[in-house]
Amino acid sequence: MTEVLSRTPLYEEHLAAGARMVPFAGFEMPVQYAGIIDEHRAVRSAAGIFDVCHMAEFRVFGFEAFDALQKLVTNDLHKIDEMSKAVYTVMCDESGGIIDDLIVYHTGDLEYLIIANASNRAVDAEWIAAHLPEGVEFVDESDRTGLIALQGPEAVRIITELSGEEPPERFHIAEARLDDSIPVLLARTGYTGEDGVEIVCAASDAPAIWRLLLSFEEVTPCGLGARDTLRLEMGYPLHGSDMDRSIDPISAGLSWVVSLKKDEFNGRAVLAAIKEAGPERKLVGLTVSEGVPRHGYPVLHDGVEVGTVASGTFSPTLEHGIATAYVPAALAESGTCLEISVRRKNVSATVTRPPFVKRTSLSA
Amino acid sequence: MNPADLRYDKEHEWVRVEGDVAVIGISDFAQDQLGEVVYVDLPDAGDELVAGDTFGEIESVKSVSELFAPVSGTVVEVNDELDTASEVINSDPYGAGWMVKIKLSDASQLDALMSAGEYEAFVANEA
Repeated sequence: MTEVLSRTPLYEEHLAAGARMVPFAGFEMPVQYAGIIDEHRAVRSAAGIFDVCHMAEFRVFGFEAFDALQKLVTNDLHKIDEMSKAVYTVMCDESGGIIDDLIVYHTGDLEYLIIANASNRAVDAEWIAAHLPEGVEFVDESDRTGLIALQGPEAVRIITELSGEEPPERFHIAEARLDDSIPVLLARTGYTGEDGVEIVCAASDAPAIWRLLLSFEEVTPCGLGARDTLRLEMGYPLHGSDMDRSIDPISAGLSWVVSLKKDEFNGRAVLAAIKEAGPERKLVGLTVSEGVPRHGYPVLHDGVEVGTVASGTFSPTLEHGIATAYVPAALAESGTCLEISVRRKNVSATVTRPPFVKRTSLSA
Repeated sequence: MNPADLRYDKEHEWVRVEGDVAVIGISDFAQDQLGEVVYVDLPDAGDELVAGDTFGEIESVKSVSELFAPVSGTVVEVNDELDTASEVINSDPYGAGWMVKIKLSDASQLDALMSAGEYEAFVANEA
């Protein structure tokens, strides 16, 4: 069966720039332009832009929107009572399995914008719509919405120049106009560990915004390859690799987004029990001595297989392999010596508390 | 552009014959497909290579690929520079990015390899 791939509004821009295109989450996406390492370093040292138009945008609106969403997600949405605030959370099923991870933005009176993973768009939309009471409006705006991430130590200066004002604070969202004309929402969020914004726009405006950003000499177009190395250096989990429906957020190291203060939300009973007893397995970071660990490689302790690599890559900043893996809780302490079977040989892997890269424009 | 004095195989390795020694590396097309090379695992001097068998691995940020011996022979020299500067495989695949030199055990195997022109047609077909 041939999969029919969708294209983002920036498809032609990628082709013109000589990007290498790959299928991802049902879209033809750029994996790299000039090269993953150069793009990665551009984001750590100056600024990069990413086409994330494939991601899902949902709008939830109505008098009961807050109460309904509060039951759908694990984090406490009272953290975003104040207009324009945003919060990272996961959405679990009744058994505590992670359906998706999301950012919920409080965009207006009785109104919330949810940005979710492209690969989970259909599942999320069905789940959310099915769990909302009548009277709460749910709109899947993904097709008509563009999303461009501008990330790096220079990002805020650039977006300030383009919009004529400082962008909103970290984990806030605000309306703005770029170049005095294009209406956008600027969200001070991202997936790279660098400061920056995610620009939410009309899909039809995405190419003009992309070109505006590229008119800055210090801006490098970046593909999914660099997006993955950047997020893994920070230890940010990726749904589908580090978590899925068979994994709960406590085991995934996301206890901090599970608010048991809330009386009622999907998965609460199971998650409370896991938190109480402690998870059997935990997602840990691993620093690898040689070779590049990759998803699915066996993790060993004293020669016995104890887990598998969830995410793995070569860290362009540290210049060695880094990974995440689920291991028994007893082996999850920082400094624990494990091994990863990198095809023909076993290489040493030390449990390391993420982020792997400590100093970025966000930590500064 | 692929040098005309080299022979190529379908796994995208190239061979340069210098007397009874064959220098082996990967093609420009191969390095471009792989992306930035971060590790290469090569045999040691004295190891035997068998045409068609794997003799090492090459890793980029995104993927790992096996290296296949285009011809048989005994390894006489390994490019140790690649241990610390594997990126030269990207920047100079036909020069500084060479991988191993082997003493040919059967020079007639070279006849089965492609010329630069044949290789270009092969790549165009594959792309």
